[in-house]
Parts: sequence; C-alpha cells; structure tokens
Amino acid sequence: MLEKPIITPKEAVDLVKDGDSIMFGSFLVCGAAELLIDALAISDKKDLTIICIATDYEDRGVGKLITAKKVKKAITSHIGTNPQTQKQYIEKTLEVNFVPQGTLVERIRAAATGIGGFLTPTGLGTIVQEGKEIINVDGKDYLLEKPLKGKFAFVHAKKADKFGNLQFHGSANNSNLFMAMAADITIVEAGEIVEIGEIDPDFVHLSGIFVDYLVKA
Amino acid sequence: MDTKEIKIKIAKRIAQELKDGYVVNLGIGLPTLVANYIPKNIDVIFHSENGIIGMGPKPEEGKEDKDIINAGGGYVTVLPYGAFFDSTFSFGIIRGGHLDITVLGALQVDQEGNLANWMIPGKLIPGMGGAMDLVSGSKRVIVAMLHTDKKGNSKILKKCNLPLTGIHCVDTIVTERAYFDVDKEQKKLILKEYNSDFTIEEIIESTEADVIVDDNVKTFLIE
Repeated sequence: MLEKPIITPKEAVDLVKDGDSIMFGSFLVCGAAELLIDALAISDKKDLTIICIATDYEDRGVGKLITAKKVKKAITSHIGTNPQTQKQYIEKTLEVNFVPQGTLVERIRAAATGIGGFLTPTGLGTIVQEGKEIINVDGKDYLLEKPLKGKFAFVHAKKADKFGNLQFHGSANNSNLFMAMAADITIVEAGEIVEIGEIDPDFVHLSGIFVDYLVKA
Repeated sequence: MDTKEIKIKIAKRIAQELKDGYVVNLGIGLPTLVANYIPKNIDVIFHSENGIIGMGPKPEEGKEDKDIINAGGGYVTVLPYGAFFDSTFSFGIIRGGHLDITVLGALQVDQEGNLANWMIPGKLIPGMGGAMDLVSGSKRVIVAMLHTDKKGNSKILKKCNLPLTGIHCVDTIVTERAYFDVDKEQKKLILKEYNSDFTIEEIIESTEADVIVDDNVKTFLIE
C-alpha cells in the first residue's frame, strides 16, 4: 500500500498525547502547517515540548500554541517576535531552551541521518557552551552538539503526491525537510495533493518514505 | 542628525565595503539598509539565512509570495540567478565560510572583537536566531551600530558585560562617528576614519574601548 492516509487536522491532533514533543517546520510562519497548528491550539492537549526555529507571532504560526498555553517547553533559536513567549518565559511558566539556529537544524539533521553528534564552532565562549564537551581538531576548538528530534513533525509542503513525495516552494522549506525525516511520526499539510507519478522524480525534494499522514491544506 | 539619517549614514559607509561578486548576509534592522546603497556597477549576491541565495528587493504590491520572505519575515523576491534550499544547507553556507561579509547590529561590542547582541537578562530576550552561526563562519564580520546608547553611554567597551553572541569575531565596527578595525592581537580598536562633525578627541572620549588612531586616519568616505 503506497498511498498514505489523508486525514483531517482534527484526526492528526488526536494522535498527540499530553506531554509529547512536536517539531514544527516554520520560519516566521513561512512554511508552517497552519491548519495543524490551529487544530492543536483549540484541542485539549497540554504540556507539549515544541521544537521550532522561532516561536513566530502570538497570533500566527507556532506562536498560537504558546498563546493557547499548550507548551511546557520550547526548544528554539528565537522568541523576539512573540511577546507571549517572552512573557511566559520571564514568568517562568514556560521553559525555553535557546539553541543557535544553525546548530538547532543540524542537530535535527543528525537525528534524521544517524549522526551521533557533530562539531561546530558556533557558540564557543558563550553560554551555549555550558555543559558541553569542547573538542580540538587540528588546532581549532569546536563544541560537541548532539542529535535532537521530536516524536512528531508537523510539516508543510507546497505539493505532495499520495505516496507522500514532497515539493517545497521558495523559502518555505526551511526546517521542514529534516524534521520530516527525523520524526517518528510525520504529518504533512500539503497545499495540493496529487496522484502518484504527477511529481517528476527529478523534482521530489523529500521522498514519501518519511511521510506517515497527509492533510489537505 | 536624527536617528534615521544616522542609520543611513552608517549603511552608506558599510555599502562601500562590498565588492563585485561578494556573497553577503545582512542582519535585521540597520544592516538591511546597506542593500539600498550598493556602489554602482557591481553585483552583490545576498544570502538569507532562511534559505535563499540571490535574494532580491521587496516585490511590487500585489505580487507578494507568502513563501518567499527574508529573515525578518518581510516579503522579498528572488533574482533570476537565485536558489532556494533548506535550513541545514543555508547554515552550511554560513559556517562553511562561504559568506564574504556579514553585517549585524549590536547591543555591545568590545576591543577584543567580542559581540553581544542577543539578550539583556531579565529584560529583552529575543534569542540568538542565526547570529551565533553568522559570526562564527563569515569571512568578515562588520558591526553596524549607533556609537552610544540613548543615555549617551558608549556601547563600544573594553569588555562586554552582556551574554555574548561570539568571541573575537568582530573585524570592523562602523558607527555614525567612526570606522574602527579591531586589532585582535593588541586588543585595541584602530580608528581608520571619523565623521568630521566630531573631533578625534571627542570620538575617543565617547568610546570606552582603547583606541589607537591610525597613521592614515581619514574623514568618513561618504559623499
């Protein structure tokens, strides 16, 4: 059975349990699975850990989940566009784990591709270094950064075929690709769902083997 | 000068550092203005951390594509030679040393080339976004900033006291008053150019960091 189940946003959210971790593709809402986020924001799910490049805006994108108080912990590189995240973080009702953006996405890539960690100069000499091993290679120091993944990935694509092959558009790919590959359960909200064979294999950005469910945007 | 004019002055000076074929990343805010003053007859290739090489200007009204934005979330275009890619590739470009120049803003910078621009504990906590990667990987890091804070205190210090974005990473600092190169060996700033609205003494006085006046110091190279 090559075709992936096409489900509703509500059915997708029903798969999530309280306390689960979810990775969200999005860069300031660009490439966000907005219907899935909306369904989660009005659900009764709570205590989620979210992994995202930024917590977007308080009324748009991943930020809606912060505003709806669904999130216990955010692993992210930027919260500056979302006053709700900053407020809850300062009031200590929300835990925020700041990770430099390049390190965040590479940690997800490491989880997706079976890499046990990687060495990066990013964050050396800053608080990002705290508690991490420093490894010197050929005279240069690096931080050892370890893989990161969530149970779910809520991903957006411009187009999917029924096998789950994906095409992204513009800068809306961002973290979607490797989050989809890293997660245990990947749910893709696609702008368009076409028959298998309608996307030329030369132009498939991510194979459908990484996709578990499709949602029509 | 009002703040807007000051920022334009800084942006114009930094724009003159760009050379034909350079791959450049501009931070949000003041650094973004640099794109408006690229010298004529050269082509500069803009990288955007969210996955674009060949980022173009804002689209015409009605032609916005919600999937094509810059790192500040504003609509942009992509030029005919451009390319899109995912975030890991984009940060591979950054860390891999493929950017000729990165221009960023700062809360504080110091004479060792340390930069603080991502948080003021308890007050302002935007997060580092891509800044820590940008300063660790670019061939040259230019800080674009106002010389002093609103109270007139120097933001160019002997030692930063806010959480750092990167250590020994800043090569050049451009403010409305001065152009400094950071001498990381001597841990001092070299005053290369200054705004003739101020005297060199006034500039040194308004800079907490140790400053060496270059033998060939000039007034600002801005029309």
